[in-house]
Amino acid sequence: MTALRPSVIDAPRVALTKRPWSLYLSIGLLAFLAVAAVAPNLLAPYGPTAIDYDSALQPPSFLHLFGTDESGRDLYSRVIHGTSQSLLIGIGAAFVSLVLAVILGALAALSVKPVAILVDRSVEILFAFPALLLALLLIAITGPSAWTQVFAVGLGTAPGYARMVRGQILAAKNSGYVEAATALGHSRGRILHEHILPNALRPLVAVFALSIGQSIVWASGLSFLGLGVAPPSPEWGALLDAGRAYVTQASWLLLFPGLVIVALALSATSIGRHLQFYLEKGRRT
Amino acid sequence: MTVMETSTTLDELDVLDIVDAESRPAPRLRVENLRVAFPNRAGPHQVVGGVSFDLARGECVAIVGESGSGKSVTARSLVGLTGRDAVVEADRLELHGRDTRTLSPRQWRHLRGKEVGFILQDALVSLDPLRAVGVEISEALRLHGWGNRASRATRVLELLTRVGVPLPGLRARQRPDQLSGGLRQRALIASAIALDPDVVIADEPTTALDVTVQAQVLDQLEAMKERGASVILISHDLAVVARLADHILVMRDGEVLEQGPAAQVLGAPRHEYTRTLIAAVPSDRTRGTSLSGVALPEQIAAPAARGTVLEARGLVKRFLTPDGLSTVAVDDVSFDLVAGETLGIVGESGSGKSTTARLALALSELDGGEVRLLGQPWSAIPERKRRRLRRRISVVYQDPLSSFDPRWTVERILLDALPADTARAARLPRVRELLAQVGLGEEALSRFPLTLSGGQRQRVAIARALAPRPAVIVLDEAVSALDVTIQAQILDLLVALQRSEGLSYLFISHDLGVISHLSDRVLVMKDGVVVESGPPDDIFLRPRHPYTQELVASIPDFDPKGIS
Repeated sequence: MTALRPSVIDAPRVALTKRPWSLYLSIGLLAFLAVAAVAPNLLAPYGPTAIDYDSALQPPSFLHLFGTDESGRDLYSRVIHGTSQSLLIGIGAAFVSLVLAVILGALAALSVKPVAILVDRSVEILFAFPALLLALLLIAITGPSAWTQVFAVGLGTAPGYARMVRGQILAAKNSGYVEAATALGHSRGRILHEHILPNALRPLVAVFALSIGQSIVWASGLSFLGLGVAPPSPEWGALLDAGRAYVTQASWLLLFPGLVIVALALSATSIGRHLQFYLEKGRRT
Repeated sequence: MTVMETSTTLDELDVLDIVDAESRPAPRLRVENLRVAFPNRAGPHQVVGGVSFDLARGECVAIVGESGSGKSVTARSLVGLTGRDAVVEADRLELHGRDTRTLSPRQWRHLRGKEVGFILQDALVSLDPLRAVGVEISEALRLHGWGNRASRATRVLELLTRVGVPLPGLRARQRPDQLSGGLRQRALIASAIALDPDVVIADEPTTALDVTVQAQVLDQLEAMKERGASVILISHDLAVVARLADHILVMRDGEVLEQGPAAQVLGAPRHEYTRTLIAAVPSDRTRGTSLSGVALPEQIAAPAARGTVLEARGLVKRFLTPDGLSTVAVDDVSFDLVAGETLGIVGESGSGKSTTARLALALSELDGGEVRLLGQPWSAIPERKRRRLRRRISVVYQDPLSSFDPRWTVERILLDALPADTARAARLPRVRELLAQVGLGEEALSRFPLTLSGGQRQRVAIARALAPRPAVIVLDEAVSALDVTIQAQILDLLVALQRSEGLSYLFISHDLGVISHLSDRVLVMKDGVVVESGPPDDIFLRPRHPYTQELVASIPDFDPKGIS
């Protein structure tokens, strides 16, 4: 006969999972682009608008890594100088989208029934429009500019995230730990603040990273259609738009900005996925 | 019978062999020194080490063990289902005298179903959700080229009838989700025995089934045994094993600790662990005694309150079904929980017992009746006023993990549960005291519940329930998901805490053994109604209501002293 014995607790297992190379590559690329955004002159050999008609439409070479455009401007330098604007539009749009999504999702999940139903239906109606159409509508009303681009893309992608936020909050609200907190006599405000919002919104960190990549693609798409930042600017979508006219003679003008957009979108997505995995690892049962 | 007796002397073995050689035909299944390993980064990891037994006609060998003992892997390796990564080795592995160690997956597919039937635990995931069960059974026949379409249809009805499915013609056309758990399990048995295999392996065939359904499934297995089938029964439940097994292997951590005839293993166990397992089974005979061998406090503290602490009168709760109809989940339920006592509510799934628990906790709105806590209105007051009183009644759930915020450590969980008026300086010492009360060390403070074992998590849940110093704790299936030895420890802990803290328990369970071990009064529920209530001796020894009688008769009788 022993007294109530403490049960032995083994040391926590430390999971040393190998980080795949894609993650390092993504982080490397993002770091490079961050430098390009903050201090483009460190990385760009030429100015973004340094015209040199003698070397117009040169294919890629050691002198001009991405080639030159019809005015002899170095494309690589222009891409570097356009980074800050493109990134800001992408991050800004993702931010607008998530803020809208959190407000709408929280209203749909937590407010009194008539309000919740109203918000729910409104989001569903927005959801029924293609995101691009919503963006076009907004631009048609306000006219193209970097700011409208941010809001147009943010508004276009918000409904999908709003649905997700609503689901997350509902799941947290109906969880065992919320019931346990209710049974302990905690107030609704305390439960909302301590349990529901942190648990519902934590996965959004990863979604934010995913959404930046998506937003940059959308924003470039709008610029390409001439509905965003206009051509002399080195914004990536605008570069694509400018290169369109020379696609048969100087395909690099489309290829390189396109590749950079794809690479950034992939990196943001890859980091987002790893972040998501990392954040959710703790809650798997 | 030549089960390898690990601890018999050589002479005894010789005698047994001679007798067997003369009187018995060769065994259907012969397993000698079976070893299974799974490779991992550190090299092969052995999960089964050295299992040996023979299985003869009409015999049942049971493999008993807790989770992680390797019993299921053993069963799977006998039918070639261990998976591609597993390394299965044996000195001998013979089915009907044929070596099965070298069979290809294709050859195994040919044997399974025809010569060995395999019954899995969960019929809902084992049956195809999109096919009628009759089609599923008939498919098993067709794959082995049995009969033609018409004769197979007849055979399906015959099989369903044989396993005790009422209205087989109707049931054969239904999909698994349209059948109840018991009917599903029986349909699965029907598909496993469709080709009359003479060896049937049943892996936890009655876990997750209600006790009356469990009795029916055990009847089917027994009938198969009587018809000459050889059965391998895998179970954690000694009571189930005691009913069917001729021979028992007790496993832990992949090792066979003890094996022998059922009467000997259960009646006069040789290994310490077998004795622990047997002693851990709760029943009305174990009331007031320790199940895990710990000393229970003799001193009984004065109850934390006096008189009736929780009073329910005419509780009614209705739910709306998806098709807009209203069903009554709880219908006119009344009870009194007396200070310092345990009121057990027992019932099968859908009986309304968990809804009753939620009503008692005032976590669900009543449609009729009233609950009073410590003589004061409880269900009748608004939630805002109730919050101050909530510290007097707390709750422990079946699944502790989902009741903890995944971002919180044990320390934060317990600090959060302390009453708001606890002085700042007293908070951490109180948390340490709570941990000590439930038998956990301080190293648990910084851990996340996810990294604790099931028993440790339930201890944390109990500590959280104790934190506000309640008078009543509602325990909703609080030990149902635990292994039997862990369950015994938690039950002992609950009894010890009741005695030292003067707590009253409202204990909800489907497990009649647990209820009879713990309760001072018992409430039997069926379809939302209390069919009978009284002291446990009346309920379990002299049941009056027909349903209670059926329930009590369904408990597999397990009296280790009565077997030997």
